[in-house]
Amino acid sequence: MARALVTLPKVAKAGEVIEIRTLIQHAMETGYRRDSDGAMLPRSLIRRFTCHFAASGKAGPGDLVFATTLHAAMAANPSLQFHFRASSTGSFTFAWDGDDGFAHREQAQLLVNA
Amino acid sequence: MASRIASRRSCWSMREALLLTAALLVAPVAHAQAGAEARRSGFTYATPSTQALQQDDSQNPAMLWVADGRVAWNKVDGEARKACADCHGKIESMRGVAPRYPAVAAASQRVVNLGQQINQCRSTRQRAPALAAESDALLALATAIAFESRGMAIAPSQPAPAALKQAQARGKALFHERIGHVALSCHDCHDTLAGKRLGAAVIPPGHATGYPIYRLEWQKVGSLQRRLRNCMTAVRAETPAWGAQELVDLEAWLMLRAAGMPLETPGVRP
Repeated sequence: MARALVTLPKVAKAGEVIEIRTLIQHAMETGYRRDSDGAMLPRSLIRRFTCHFAASGKAGPGDLVFATTLHAAMAANPSLQFHFRASSTGSFTFAWDGDDGFAHREQAQLLVNA
Repeated sequence: MASRIASRRSCWSMREALLLTAALLVAPVAHAQAGAEARRSGFTYATPSTQALQQDDSQNPAMLWVADGRVAWNKVDGEARKACADCHGKIESMRGVAPRYPAVAAASQRVVNLGQQINQCRSTRQRAPALAAESDALLALATAIAFESRGMAIAPSQPAPAALKQAQARGKALFHERIGHVALSCHDCHDTLAGKRLGAAVIPPGHATGYPIYRLEWQKVGSLQRRLRNCMTAVRAETPAWGAQELVDLEAWLMLRAAGMPLETPGVRP
């Protein structure tokens, strides 16, 4: 049961730099640990996080805003925070993809006032 | 040059004197406050970055469990096809509930903690199987319910019903009983040595104000019983099973010991 929290302002002024915070529930199992019976715990990591922004009215996933590759040394429940210069109203798509077909998507709207 | 250094020095000493005066003026006030509330939450011993994690809901990882618990609250379950919300209404109605637990359960007249009460509700009202102790599903519900009471004073029933009073007394005795190969009681560390260090870690005074809690060491949310069992393993004592009466008794005593302190759920600790 993966769950993600995305925090960003609903409204921004044109040209304003906003902070986007994401948090996702994931064990980030390294593949180097053993369980209490001594068996190896299979690796299960989020491998890739991307954030796209599509200005309203435009088709497709939009422009890539932020992306990162995650590795075994990341803590569980990774929190990723980044900044974005608001220029037009539109929607963000956040994507987390990982081992064992893990995939989680979130959407968020941003209203930009001139 | 020399005079400049000298003047700078005198300037510093002046500032130091001012600071000292300020400290002297502040000291009695601080002392009076300490007299009123000498108890310190483990939060005050955490590093600023860990404190920031707890105080910001957009960064506190335990908020993921709160979000899960809120969904579970409205989810129909069991043979009775009922959700928590069908009897209790909105989860906001749970404000003030968590600070009373452990409490005497109406049905069994036994002292139970919040997780056990949730399972009692599940088996009697929802007719659903009990959630496993320390499972994410149970922790999520307990965290979401306790979150509604964040900031409220911990308040075990007053006057305590006989069963609760007995549990608190048993818990207090257990708190002072030396256990394990290391022969330490809870009291030995958490009353006598609180604020000092065990290896690199500061020993907190053991006020259970933030449970269920997110521990960075666990990388997930855990219950007070998990914490108690942790300590018992550390002193090489036998750990009671999840939900054992001894653990509930200890919880009852700890909440009485922390009565009046604000509930911090969901807390974040190293």
